Amino acid sequence: MAYLELKNVSMTYGRGANATEVLSNINLTIEEGEFVAIVGFTGSGKTTLVNLINGLLKPTSGEVLFKGEPVVDTSHERGVIFQNYSLLPWLTVGQNVHMAVKEAFPKASKKEINARVEEYVAMVNLSPAINKRPKELSGGMRQRVSVARALAMNPEMIIMDEPLGALDALTRGNLQDEILKIWSKDKRTALLITNDVDEGIYMADRIIPLKPGPNATLGPEFNINIERPRDKTELNDNLEYKKTRNAIIEYLMGIGEERKSASKKIYELPELTPKSFVA
Amino acid sequence: MKQSVTVVQDEKGNFGTMVKDFVIKLIPAMPKWNGKTLVRKVLIPLASIILFVGLWHVGAKALYNIEADYKIQKALTDQGQEAADQMAACIASGDVSCQPNTLPSPAQVWTSFNTLIADHKAISADKAEFKAKTAALNAKREAEGKAPIVYTGRPSFVDQIFTSLKTVFAGFLLALIIAVPVGVIIGLSTTLRNSFNWLIQIFKPVSPVVWLLLVFMIVKTMTKDSESDSAFIISFISVGLCAMWATLVNTAMGVATVDKDYINVAKVLKLGPIQKVFKVILPSSLPLIFTGLRITLSVAWMVLIAIELLAQSPGLGSFVWEEFQNGANDSNSKIIVAMFVIGIIGFLLDRIMLTVQNMVSFNKNATA
Repeated sequence: MAYLELKNVSMTYGRGANATEVLSNINLTIEEGEFVAIVGFTGSGKTTLVNLINGLLKPTSGEVLFKGEPVVDTSHERGVIFQNYSLLPWLTVGQNVHMAVKEAFPKASKKEINARVEEYVAMVNLSPAINKRPKELSGGMRQRVSVARALAMNPEMIIMDEPLGALDALTRGNLQDEILKIWSKDKRTALLITNDVDEGIYMADRIIPLKPGPNATLGPEFNINIERPRDKTELNDNLEYKKTRNAIIEYLMGIGEERKSASKKIYELPELTPKSFVA
Repeated sequence: MKQSVTVVQDEKGNFGTMVKDFVIKLIPAMPKWNGKTLVRKVLIPLASIILFVGLWHVGAKALYNIEADYKIQKALTDQGQEAADQMAACIASGDVSCQPNTLPSPAQVWTSFNTLIADHKAISADKAEFKAKTAALNAKREAEGKAPIVYTGRPSFVDQIFTSLKTVFAGFLLALIIAVPVGVIIGLSTTLRNSFNWLIQIFKPVSPVVWLLLVFMIVKTMTKDSESDSAFIISFISVGLCAMWATLVNTAMGVATVDKDYINVAKVLKLGPIQKVFKVILPSSLPLIFTGLRITLSVAWMVLIAIELLAQSPGLGSFVWEEFQNGANDSNSKIIVAMFVIGIIGFLLDRIMLTVQNMVSFNKNATA
């Protein structure tokens, strides 16, 4: 039995004439302990897909199964790291994490909760900033808080919705390593949604491109058979890496070309001649 | 928003330092002093004040002359040349009995201000004396279980200010107690919001005078048998009802438009409905709620004067009205003094609310 399974999932927004099918016929299986990345263009319905899996949205048709049970609501078993951090700005770093821990472990004592908050804030190297509010932090630090908040709830699966999308390239690289380091500790099942093919290859076991929407659907999957831990600089010379990367980019660019040339309509321009003001 | 987190507690001092911090925040930050800021922050505002007072003086003088000419002309047509000369001489001499009654000049207003202060001192002294005199008697009466004798003399201008402040705060509290919870409930449900919208839209523009009459109808009947001060009750309830709409609408809007990201966080963390309201929705709508409260307080102060004037409840409004009815020589200048006092207090109240608002805003600073 697959750990997470999407069967013929379709998602339509709006009704009647205004209906747009964002996702259609999505089929996906993720096994326990796997790290899967989904790559796609901006606006291809990636966030919708994430919200279907974490339970914020319900599919129009098809099923989302988590450990064999249909997903009907959000759950502490699936931790989410949002694209825009979604930290509560009126709470400090510690309080943001504290709120999540308290919900995930309602029976824990105050002392245990506080210890856990400190542990996870320390894990993302933010102990000195524990009493700061999100607006005092940089983008990378905010995303680290978001990571700590999701992991402190001890989820069985981590869902990351373009977690590093808004960061600069250097911070991005650092955080990728940090997330991988944390992930490799207990190999929780992870789903990464990204628009960066390199990020996907560097982090995941399997990459699946998402064809752009409307009617977005998943393309053929690519397995990444590169030993972990992976080294970013060595990766550049890795044949397997180059091959996969080129194949994925070719596939995605192919779709892009297809999408561009999809419009075959020829527009006829009216015949106009400029008026002469000389005569 | 104090959280029960021991490890991550903010560094908070005792109440005294909190008050001190608050007072410091009330005063705008001091700029670096150089020639430019001196001109911009001191000289130009000062010049504007002088210009204002100057124009006022000139205008008042012109009105005074028109009124004086009219008086002399009237004496001339009614009683002849001799009476007209007498009138002109009387006006020129500054005699109180024949002064033209018009817009007072800045100097007259300043005199009246000093008169009112002196009057307040006299009344305070009188009160203190009364208290000393009746202290022994009151102690005896209290021991016998009788009500003590209280001072029933005329209230001074400063007493009126405090009465007005008391009424406005009672009204403001009433508005807060009604509007915030109702706004939250309405904001949470689209159905409720749609079904209450007509009520808000209809009652929001109703004039303070009509509210006063409505409250009067109800309170008059309800306090029929009691000895309580119904004028105060009527005025503070009317003030509250007039002023609460801004808070109601803003609270409902703030609650209804909480950032979807925060709602998603609440869902992912699986907060219960009550937790969701108190930990996510309320804190995120606090800035808008306080914007509403700030408008409510200024509206409350504005309508208070009109309501006191009509309800005959003591305060600045009735002070203005009584002075107007009084028609004494310095009545007009006392009214102008009251006008400035009302304006300055309104400004201070707004300043306090702005500071509170900035303290609860987590992402941006509201500006005046």
